Amino acid sequence: MSWVLALPIMIPFVTAVLAFLLRRSRMGDLASVGGSVASLVAAVVLIAEVLDQGVIAGQIGGWQAPFGITLVADHLSAAMVLITAIIGLSVAVWSLAEIGPTSARFGYHALFQSLLGGVTGAFLTGDLFNLYVWFEVLLISSFGLLVIGGRKSAIDGAVKYVTLNLIATVLFLAGAGLLYGATGTLNMADLRGAVAASPDQGLMTLIAMMLMVAFGMKAAVFPLFFWLPASYHTPHYAVSAVFAGLLTKVGVYALLRVFTLIFVGDLGYTHEILLWVSLLTMLTGVLGAAAQSDFRKILSFHIISQIGYMVLGLALMTPLAVMGAVFYLLHHIIVKTNLFLIAGVSQRLTGSSDLYAIGGLYRTAPLLAALFIIPAFSLAGFPPLSGFWAKFVIVRASLDLGEWLVAGVALLVGLLTIFSMTKIWAEAFWKAHPDGRQPALADLPRSARWQMMVPIIALAVMTVVIGAFPSAFLEFATKGAEQLLDPAAYVAAVLGEARR
Amino acid sequence: METLVACLSGFLVATSIWLMLSGNLMRFLFGLLLLSNGVNLAILAAGRLTPGAPPLLGAKGALPPDTMANALPQALLLTAIVIGFGLFAFALALTIRAYRTFGHLEVDRMRIAEPAEERE
Repeated sequence: MSWVLALPIMIPFVTAVLAFLLRRSRMGDLASVGGSVASLVAAVVLIAEVLDQGVIAGQIGGWQAPFGITLVADHLSAAMVLITAIIGLSVAVWSLAEIGPTSARFGYHALFQSLLGGVTGAFLTGDLFNLYVWFEVLLISSFGLLVIGGRKSAIDGAVKYVTLNLIATVLFLAGAGLLYGATGTLNMADLRGAVAASPDQGLMTLIAMMLMVAFGMKAAVFPLFFWLPASYHTPHYAVSAVFAGLLTKVGVYALLRVFTLIFVGDLGYTHEILLWVSLLTMLTGVLGAAAQSDFRKILSFHIISQIGYMVLGLALMTPLAVMGAVFYLLHHIIVKTNLFLIAGVSQRLTGSSDLYAIGGLYRTAPLLAALFIIPAFSLAGFPPLSGFWAKFVIVRASLDLGEWLVAGVALLVGLLTIFSMTKIWAEAFWKAHPDGRQPALADLPRSARWQMMVPIIALAVMTVVIGAFPSAFLEFATKGAEQLLDPAAYVAAVLGEARR
Repeated sequence: METLVACLSGFLVATSIWLMLSGNLMRFLFGLLLLSNGVNLAILAAGRLTPGAPPLLGAKGALPPDTMANALPQALLLTAIVIGFGLFAFALALTIRAYRTFGHLEVDRMRIAEPAEERE
C-alpha cells in the first residue's frame, strides 16, 4: 500500500500520542506544532502526486477492493487534506497563545491532533463504513475539545452538540448497514455500479435520504443546524476556529462525494431536495446572523449560510456548479478559520465578544482591522477577493440553468452578509470602546503577539492570493469537478481497469 | 426470522423516539442507547441471518460443507457496538457534569449558551 496516502492520516495520530505523553510540559505544545508541520509536508507530497498521476488509490493490508478498505485521493480529497493541514498548522500555532497549561494537561493538543487525523481520514477513505468510523473519531475528539474549557456555557453547548450529532451518526450507521444489506458492498467505487444495478431503486432513494439527513446534520444545513449556533461560540477560540473551518465541511465533502459518486439514479428527487435545502440554509443562516450581537455568534450563523452556497453547487449538478462548490469549499475554510482567529484576538484585546461592550480596534489596532477586512469582504464576495470568484461561479452556474430565483437568493444573501460584516466593523472596530479602553496589539505579550498574528496574516495572504490569481485555483477546481461528475477514473483507480 | 428481528428493531427505534422526545436529558440518553441497538439489529438483519452456519473454516482450512454465514455484518456490528459504547460513556459523563453544573437535567431550561431574548 502506498505511504503517500497513509502518512497524512498517520502523522496526526502519532503526534497525538506524543502530545498526550508530553502534555504536562511545554514540549507537548511543540510536538503538536511539529506534527502539524510534518502533516503539511505529507499533504503537499500527496497533492503533488495526485497532480502528477491523477486519482491514486491504495488498499490497506493488501486486501483487494471491494473487500478491503481503500484509501483514495482525487483532486478534491487531496486539496481537502492539504487545506486541513494548513488549518491544522495555523491553529496549532495560534493555540500556543490561547491554550494554557490546564487545558494542555487535560490533553488539548492530543485531542486537537486526533481531530485533524479523523478529518483527514474522512477525506481519504474510499469505504462508506470506514467513513463512519472517521466521523466517530473526529466526533469524539470534538466532544473533548468542546468541553475542555469547562465553562458553564460550554457544557450547555456540548449537551446540544453531542446529542444531535449522535443521532446523525446513528442515522449514518443505519444507512450504511441497509446499503450493505441491499447491495453487498461498502466500497464507494463499487457501490456506484451496485446501486445503479439494484432492482429496487425506491429503496436506494430511501437510503440516500437517510445519508442525506445524516450528512446534512453534520454540514449544518436547514433545518438540521440547531446544534451549531448553540455550541460554536462556547469553547476556546482556537477550538471554534478549527470547528468552523473543518467540521461542517466534512459533512459537505461527504454530501459531495456520495451524491456525485453513488446516488445519482434519481437526481430529480434527491438534488431537488438539496436545492431547496440549500436556499433555505443560505437565508436562515444569514437572517439568523443579522439578529445576533456577539462576534462569534454572528460568525457561527454565517457558517450556516455559506454552507448553503456549497450545497447549492452540488444541487445544480452542472460541471460549472460543482466546480463552484469545490472552489467555495476550499476558499471558505481559510476565510472562516481566519475570522474566528481574529475574533479571538479581538476578545483578548477588548475583553469581550459582545459587540455592544467592545470597540476602538480600528484606532488602536489598525493591523487587526486591516486583517479583518480581508476575510470579511471575501466572505461577503467583494472583488477581487477569493469569495467573489466563489460566488461568481455559483451565481453564473444558476443563471446558465435559467434558475433566476436561485441566483437572486444567492446575491441577496451576499448582500445581507455585508450587512453583518458591517455591523461587526462598526461596533468592534469603528466606534470607540464604551469603557474608554484603548485596545492595542502591543498589550499582548511579545510571544503571544507573534503566535496569534502570524497565522492570521498567513491565512489572509492566502485569501488575497486566491483572489488575485484565481485562474490556477479555478482550473484545479474544474478538474476536481470533472472527476466528481465523471468518476470513471476514480472507479478505475479503486477497482482496477478490468472492472471499469 | 429476519422479519422477527426487523420488527424487534422497529420496536426499539419506535421506543427510542418516544424516549428522545422527552425534555429530560437522561431519558434522551436511554432513547439514544435503544436507537443505536435498534440500528445494530437492523444491520444484522440486513446482512441476512443464517443460523447454524458459523463462519468458521474446518480442519486444515477446509471450507464448511453447507452455506456459511457472512462474517462482515458481524464485524461491522462489533465496530459499531464498541464505538457506540465509547460515545455513550462520554455522553453519560457529560450528563453527570451537566447535572452538577445546572442542578437539573431539563434541556429546555439549559439556556446559558443561548439566553432567551429579554422582553423590554
